[in-house]
Amino acid sequence: MARVVVDVMLKPEILDPQGQAVQRALPRLGFEGIADVRQGKRFELEVEGPVDDAALARIHEMAETFLANTVIEDFEVKVETSEGPK
Amino acid sequence: MTARPSPTATLNGGPTGRWNVRIGVVTFPGTLDDRDTQRAVRIAGAEAVPLWHRDKDLKQVDAVVLPGGFSYGDYLRAGAISRFSPLMETIIDQAKAGMPVLGICNGFQVLTESHLLPGAMLRNNHLHFICRDQKLRVESTSTAWTADYTAGQEISIPLKNIDGRYVADERTLDLLEAEGRVAFRYLDGNPNGSLRDIAGITNEAGNVVGLMPHPEHAVEPLVGTGRTDGLGFFTSILKKLVNA
Repeated sequence: MARVVVDVMLKPEILDPQGQAVQRALPRLGFEGIADVRQGKRFELEVEGPVDDAALARIHEMAETFLANTVIEDFEVKVETSEGPK
Repeated sequence: MTARPSPTATLNGGPTGRWNVRIGVVTFPGTLDDRDTQRAVRIAGAEAVPLWHRDKDLKQVDAVVLPGGFSYGDYLRAGAISRFSPLMETIIDQAKAGMPVLGICNGFQVLTESHLLPGAMLRNNHLHFICRDQKLRVESTSTAWTADYTAGQEISIPLKNIDGRYVADERTLDLLEAEGRVAFRYLDGNPNGSLRDIAGITNEAGNVVGLMPHPEHAVEPLVGTGRTDGLGFFTSILKKLVNA
Protein backbone atom coordinates (compact mmCIF):
# COMPACT_ATOMS: atom_id res chain seq x y z
CA MET A 1 0.00 0.00 0.00
CA ALA A 2 1.36 3.39 -0.96
CA ARG A 3 1.74 6.13 1.57
CA VAL A 4 0.94 9.78 0.93
CA VAL A 5 2.00 12.36 3.48
CA VAL A 6 0.19 15.65 4.00
CA ASP A 7 2.12 18.26 5.97
CA VAL A 8 0.10 21.15 7.37
CA MET A 9 1.77 24.30 8.68
CA LEU A 10 0.42 27.59 9.96
CA LYS A 11 0.97 30.33 7.40
CA PRO A 12 4.17 32.29 8.07
CA GLU A 13 2.28 35.43 9.12
CA ILE A 14 0.18 33.59 11.73
CA LEU A 15 1.49 33.74 15.30
CA ASP A 16 2.36 30.27 16.61
CA PRO A 17 2.50 30.49 20.42
CA GLN A 18 2.94 26.71 20.76
CA GLY A 19 6.06 26.80 18.59
CA GLN A 20 7.30 29.78 20.60
CA ALA A 21 6.77 27.91 23.87
CA VAL A 22 8.78 24.97 22.54
CA GLN A 23 11.54 27.31 21.35
CA ARG A 24 11.74 29.03 24.75
CA ALA A 25 12.00 25.70 26.55
CA LEU A 26 14.99 24.53 24.49
CA PRO A 27 17.83 26.48 26.18
CA ARG A 28 16.50 25.42 29.57
CA LEU A 29 16.86 21.80 28.44
CA GLY A 30 20.38 22.36 27.15
CA PHE A 31 19.52 22.61 23.45
CA GLU A 32 21.18 25.81 22.31
CA GLY A 33 21.18 27.58 18.98
CA ILE A 34 17.57 27.18 17.83
CA ALA A 35 16.35 30.60 16.73
CA ASP A 36 12.74 29.74 15.94
CA VAL A 37 10.29 26.82 16.09
CA ARG A 38 7.07 26.46 14.15
CA GLN A 39 4.77 23.56 15.00
CA GLY A 40 2.68 21.79 12.39
CA LYS A 41 0.75 18.60 11.68
CA ARG A 42 1.70 15.56 9.62
CA PHE A 43 -0.89 13.17 8.22
CA GLU A 44 0.19 9.77 6.89
CA LEU A 45 -2.38 8.35 4.51
CA GLU A 46 -2.23 4.67 3.52
CA VAL A 47 -3.80 4.66 0.09
CA GLU A 48 -5.71 1.69 -1.28
CA GLY A 49 -4.96 1.18 -4.95
CA PRO A 50 -2.64 3.16 -7.18
CA VAL A 51 -1.52 6.67 -6.33
CA ASP A 52 -2.30 8.10 -9.73
CA ASP A 53 -3.24 11.61 -10.72
CA ALA A 54 -6.88 11.02 -9.86
CA ALA A 55 -6.03 9.73 -6.37
CA LEU A 56 -3.68 12.64 -5.77
CA ALA A 57 -6.32 15.09 -6.92
CA ARG A 58 -8.74 13.64 -4.36
CA ILE A 59 -6.11 13.82 -1.62
CA HIS A 60 -5.41 17.42 -2.57
CA GLU A 61 -9.13 18.16 -2.28
CA MET A 62 -9.23 16.38 1.09
CA ALA A 63 -6.32 18.44 2.37
CA GLU A 64 -7.81 21.69 1.14
CA THR A 65 -11.31 21.14 2.53
CA PHE A 66 -10.62 19.20 5.71
CA LEU A 67 -7.05 18.43 6.82
CA ALA A 68 -6.01 22.07 6.53
CA ASN A 69 -7.92 25.28 7.09
CA THR A 70 -6.51 27.35 4.26
CA VAL A 71 -7.57 30.56 5.99
CA ILE A 72 -4.69 30.01 8.41
CA GLU A 73 -2.70 27.03 7.14
CA ASP A 74 -0.68 25.90 4.12
CA PHE A 75 -0.32 22.25 3.17
CA GLU A 76 1.97 20.06 1.09
CA VAL A 77 1.18 16.64 -0.38
CA LYS A 78 4.07 14.19 -0.83
CA VAL A 79 4.07 10.62 -2.16
CA GLU A 80 6.43 8.31 -0.31
CA THR A 81 8.19 5.75 -2.50
CA SER A 82 6.79 2.24 -2.15
CA GLU A 83 10.30 0.75 -1.75
CA GLY A 84 10.43 2.27 1.68
CA PRO A 85 13.34 4.14 3.21
CA LYS A 86 16.71 3.58 1.58
CA MET B 1 -29.11 26.27 -1.60
CA THR B 2 -32.68 25.37 -0.66
CA ALA B 3 -35.50 27.74 0.08
CA ARG B 4 -36.14 28.37 3.71
CA PRO B 5 -39.50 27.14 5.02
CA SER B 6 -41.61 30.02 6.29
CA PRO B 7 -41.11 30.71 9.98
CA THR B 8 -43.55 29.10 12.36
CA ALA B 9 -43.32 32.06 14.74
CA THR B 10 -46.69 33.49 15.69
CA LEU B 11 -47.72 35.67 18.57
CA ASN B 12 -50.53 33.50 19.92
CA GLY B 13 -50.31 30.35 17.87
CA GLY B 14 -48.54 28.21 20.39
CA PRO B 15 -50.18 25.44 22.36
CA THR B 16 -49.54 27.36 25.56
CA GLY B 17 -50.93 30.60 24.21
CA ARG B 18 -47.43 32.05 24.36
CA TRP B 19 -45.20 33.08 21.52
CA ASN B 20 -44.64 30.04 19.40
CA VAL B 21 -41.03 30.54 18.45
CA ARG B 22 -38.91 27.42 18.04
CA ILE B 23 -35.18 27.81 18.51
CA GLY B 24 -33.01 24.77 17.81
CA VAL B 25 -30.03 23.99 20.01
CA VAL B 26 -27.51 21.61 18.43
CA THR B 27 -25.75 18.85 20.33
CA PHE B 28 -22.55 17.38 18.89
CA PRO B 29 -20.54 14.69 20.70
CA GLY B 30 -18.56 16.79 23.18
CA THR B 31 -20.96 19.73 23.34
CA LEU B 32 -21.18 21.07 26.91
CA ASP B 33 -23.45 24.09 26.96
CA ASP B 34 -26.52 22.79 25.16
CA ARG B 35 -28.60 22.51 28.33
CA ASP B 36 -27.73 26.03 29.51
CA THR B 37 -28.52 27.32 26.03
CA GLN B 38 -31.90 25.56 26.00
CA ARG B 39 -32.62 27.11 29.37
CA ALA B 40 -31.68 30.59 28.16
CA VAL B 41 -33.99 30.16 25.17
CA ARG B 42 -36.86 29.20 27.48
CA ILE B 43 -36.18 32.05 29.90
CA ALA B 44 -36.40 34.46 26.96
CA GLY B 45 -39.83 32.98 26.17
CA ALA B 46 -39.19 30.72 23.20
CA GLU B 47 -39.40 26.97 22.82
CA ALA B 48 -36.02 25.21 22.89
CA VAL B 49 -35.80 22.35 20.40
CA PRO B 50 -32.90 19.91 20.89
CA LEU B 51 -31.21 19.02 17.60
CA TRP B 52 -28.86 16.07 17.12
CA HIS B 53 -25.80 16.38 14.89
CA ARG B 54 -26.48 13.18 12.93
CA ASP B 55 -29.98 14.21 11.87
CA LYS B 56 -30.51 16.19 8.73
CA ASP B 57 -33.90 17.56 9.77
CA LEU B 58 -34.14 20.92 11.52
CA LYS B 59 -37.59 20.11 12.97
CA GLN B 60 -39.02 23.35 11.58
CA VAL B 61 -37.11 25.60 13.92
CA ASP B 62 -37.03 29.34 13.23
CA ALA B 63 -33.41 29.81 14.33
CA VAL B 64 -30.48 27.71 15.51
CA VAL B 65 -27.89 28.11 18.27
CA LEU B 66 -24.59 26.21 18.11
CA PRO B 67 -23.50 26.01 21.76
CA GLY B 68 -20.09 25.80 23.34
CA GLY B 69 -18.05 22.79 24.35
CA PHE B 70 -15.43 20.59 22.74
CA SER B 71 -17.22 18.91 19.85
CA TYR B 72 -15.27 15.87 18.65
CA GLY B 73 -12.70 16.69 21.33
CA ASP B 74 -11.50 19.65 19.24
CA TYR B 75 -9.59 17.03 17.22
CA LEU B 76 -7.90 18.30 14.06
CA ARG B 77 -9.04 21.88 14.75
CA ALA B 78 -11.85 23.17 16.96
CA GLY B 79 -15.08 22.81 14.98
CA ALA B 80 -13.41 21.18 11.98
CA ILE B 81 -15.11 17.79 12.24
CA SER B 82 -18.49 19.05 13.45
CA ARG B 83 -18.67 21.28 10.42
CA PHE B 84 -19.16 18.18 8.23
CA SER B 85 -21.99 16.66 10.29
CA PRO B 86 -25.25 15.94 8.43
CA LEU B 87 -27.09 18.57 10.49
CA MET B 88 -24.48 21.22 9.71
CA GLU B 89 -24.93 20.64 5.99
CA THR B 90 -28.60 21.56 6.43
CA ILE B 91 -27.80 24.49 8.72
CA ILE B 92 -25.25 25.89 6.25
CA ASP B 93 -27.83 25.80 3.44
CA GLN B 94 -30.51 27.39 5.62
CA ALA B 95 -28.17 30.04 7.02
CA LYS B 96 -27.26 31.07 3.48
CA ALA B 97 -31.01 31.36 2.81
CA GLY B 98 -31.45 33.69 5.80
CA MET B 99 -32.17 31.52 8.84
CA PRO B 100 -30.72 33.14 12.00
CA VAL B 101 -27.79 31.20 13.48
CA LEU B 102 -25.84 32.04 16.62
CA GLY B 103 -22.52 30.32 17.36
CA ILE B 104 -21.17 30.58 20.88
CA CYS B 105 -17.54 29.63 21.61
CA ASN B 106 -17.17 26.20 19.96
CA GLY B 107 -20.22 27.17 17.90
CA PHE B 108 -18.32 30.22 16.64
CA GLN B 109 -15.45 27.92 15.72
CA VAL B 110 -17.87 25.69 13.78
CA LEU B 111 -19.16 28.77 11.92
CA THR B 112 -15.68 29.88 10.84
CA GLU B 113 -14.78 26.32 9.83
CA SER B 114 -18.02 26.26 7.81
CA HIS B 115 -17.01 29.55 6.18
CA LEU B 116 -20.35 31.05 7.17
CA LEU B 117 -18.18 33.61 8.97
CA PRO B 118 -14.74 34.75 7.78
CA GLY B 119 -11.46 34.20 9.63
CA ALA B 120 -10.44 31.42 11.98
CA MET B 121 -9.93 30.68 15.67
CA LEU B 122 -6.54 29.73 17.06
CA ARG B 123 -4.92 28.86 20.38
CA ASN B 124 -4.86 31.79 22.85
CA ASN B 125 -1.61 33.74 22.47
CA HIS B 126 -0.62 32.99 26.11
CA LEU B 127 -1.61 29.28 25.79
CA HIS B 128 -3.71 29.34 28.96
CA PHE B 129 -7.30 28.28 29.28
CA ILE B 130 -9.21 31.39 30.31
CA CYS B 131 -12.30 31.37 32.52
CA ARG B 132 -13.52 34.71 33.74
CA ASP B 133 -16.20 37.36 33.44
CA GLN B 134 -15.37 39.41 30.39
CA LYS B 135 -16.44 42.93 29.55
CA LEU B 136 -17.49 43.50 25.95
CA ARG B 137 -18.76 46.36 23.89
CA VAL B 138 -21.72 45.65 21.62
CA GLU B 139 -20.59 47.22 18.35
CA SER B 140 -23.47 46.22 16.11
CA THR B 141 -27.16 46.15 16.99
CA SER B 142 -28.30 45.50 13.43
CA THR B 143 -27.91 41.71 13.64
CA ALA B 144 -30.70 39.22 14.32
CA TRP B 145 -29.20 38.49 17.73
CA THR B 146 -28.28 41.95 19.06
CA ALA B 147 -31.22 44.29 18.37
CA ASP B 148 -32.17 44.42 22.06
CA TYR B 149 -28.85 46.07 22.95
CA THR B 150 -27.90 49.67 22.33
CA ALA B 151 -24.93 50.48 20.15
CA GLY B 152 -21.84 50.86 22.30
CA GLN B 153 -23.46 49.13 25.29
CA GLU B 154 -20.99 47.48 27.65
CA ILE B 155 -21.92 44.02 28.87
CA SER B 156 -20.18 41.46 31.06
CA ILE B 157 -20.56 37.74 30.32
CA PRO B 158 -18.40 34.67 30.97
CA LEU B 159 -15.48 33.77 28.72
CA LYS B 160 -14.03 30.24 28.90
CA ASN B 161 -11.83 28.80 26.18
CA ILE B 162 -8.32 28.03 25.02
CA ASP B 163 -8.86 28.47 21.28
CA GLY B 164 -10.24 32.00 21.39
CA ARG B 165 -7.81 33.99 19.28
CA TYR B 166 -9.63 35.41 16.29
CA VAL B 167 -7.48 35.84 13.19
CA ALA B 168 -8.18 36.94 9.64
CA ASP B 169 -6.07 38.64 6.99
CA GLU B 170 -5.84 42.43 7.00
CA ARG B 171 -8.12 42.81 4.01
CA THR B 172 -10.86 40.78 5.72
CA LEU B 173 -10.43 42.71 8.97
CA ASP B 174 -10.69 46.03 7.11
CA LEU B 175 -13.81 44.79 5.33
CA LEU B 176 -15.43 43.68 8.61
CA GLU B 177 -14.73 47.10 10.15
CA ALA B 178 -15.93 49.02 7.09
CA GLU B 179 -19.18 47.07 6.91
CA GLY B 180 -19.83 47.31 10.65
CA ARG B 181 -19.57 43.54 11.02
CA VAL B 182 -17.45 43.50 14.16
CA ALA B 183 -20.35 42.75 16.49
CA PHE B 184 -18.46 42.62 19.82
CA ARG B 185 -15.09 43.83 21.01
CA TYR B 186 -13.19 42.93 24.18
CA LEU B 187 -12.83 45.73 26.73
CA ASP B 188 -10.33 46.17 29.58
CA GLY B 189 -7.61 44.12 27.96
CA ASN B 190 -7.50 41.60 25.16
CA PRO B 191 -7.85 38.13 26.76
CA ASN B 192 -6.41 35.98 23.99
CA GLY B 193 -4.61 37.98 21.28
CA SER B 194 -7.65 38.27 18.99
CA LEU B 195 -6.85 40.69 16.19
CA ARG B 196 -8.39 44.15 16.70
CA ASP B 197 -9.88 42.95 20.01
CA ILE B 198 -12.61 41.13 18.11
CA ALA B 199 -14.87 39.01 20.33
CA GLY B 200 -17.60 38.35 17.79
CA ILE B 201 -18.62 39.05 14.21
CA THR B 202 -21.62 38.84 11.93
CA ASN B 203 -22.10 37.88 8.30
CA GLU B 204 -23.10 40.44 5.72
CA ALA B 205 -26.84 39.77 6.10
CA GLY B 206 -26.74 39.94 9.90
CA ASN B 207 -28.46 36.57 10.41
CA VAL B 208 -25.30 34.64 11.33
CA VAL B 209 -23.45 35.80 14.45
CA GLY B 210 -20.54 34.16 16.28
CA LEU B 211 -18.76 35.12 19.48
CA MET B 212 -16.40 33.49 21.96
CA PRO B 213 -17.95 34.65 25.29
CA HIS B 214 -21.07 32.94 26.63
CA PRO B 215 -24.34 34.90 26.78
CA GLU B 216 -26.25 31.75 27.78
CA HIS B 217 -24.40 31.67 31.12
CA ALA B 218 -25.59 35.17 32.02
CA VAL B 219 -29.37 35.09 31.87
CA GLU B 220 -30.32 34.80 35.55
CA PRO B 221 -29.21 36.99 38.46
CA LEU B 222 -28.64 33.97 40.71
CA VAL B 223 -25.82 32.41 38.71
CA GLY B 224 -22.88 33.35 36.54
CA THR B 225 -21.90 36.98 36.57
CA GLY B 226 -24.88 37.84 38.76
CA ARG B 227 -26.08 39.90 35.84
CA THR B 228 -28.39 39.08 32.98
CA ASP B 229 -26.35 40.77 30.27
CA GLY B 230 -26.59 37.74 28.00
CA LEU B 231 -30.38 37.54 27.91
CA GLY B 232 -30.55 40.18 25.17
CA PHE B 233 -29.27 37.70 22.56
CA PHE B 234 -32.29 35.48 23.15
CA THR B 235 -34.89 38.24 23.51
CA SER B 236 -33.49 39.89 20.35
CA ILE B 237 -34.07 36.82 18.22
CA LEU B 238 -37.46 36.17 19.79
CA LYS B 239 -38.72 39.66 18.96
CA LYS B 240 -37.28 39.51 15.48
CA LEU B 241 -39.05 36.23 14.72
CA VAL B 242 -42.34 37.30 16.27
CA ASN B 243 -42.32 40.56 14.32
CA ALA B 244 -41.17 38.91 11.10
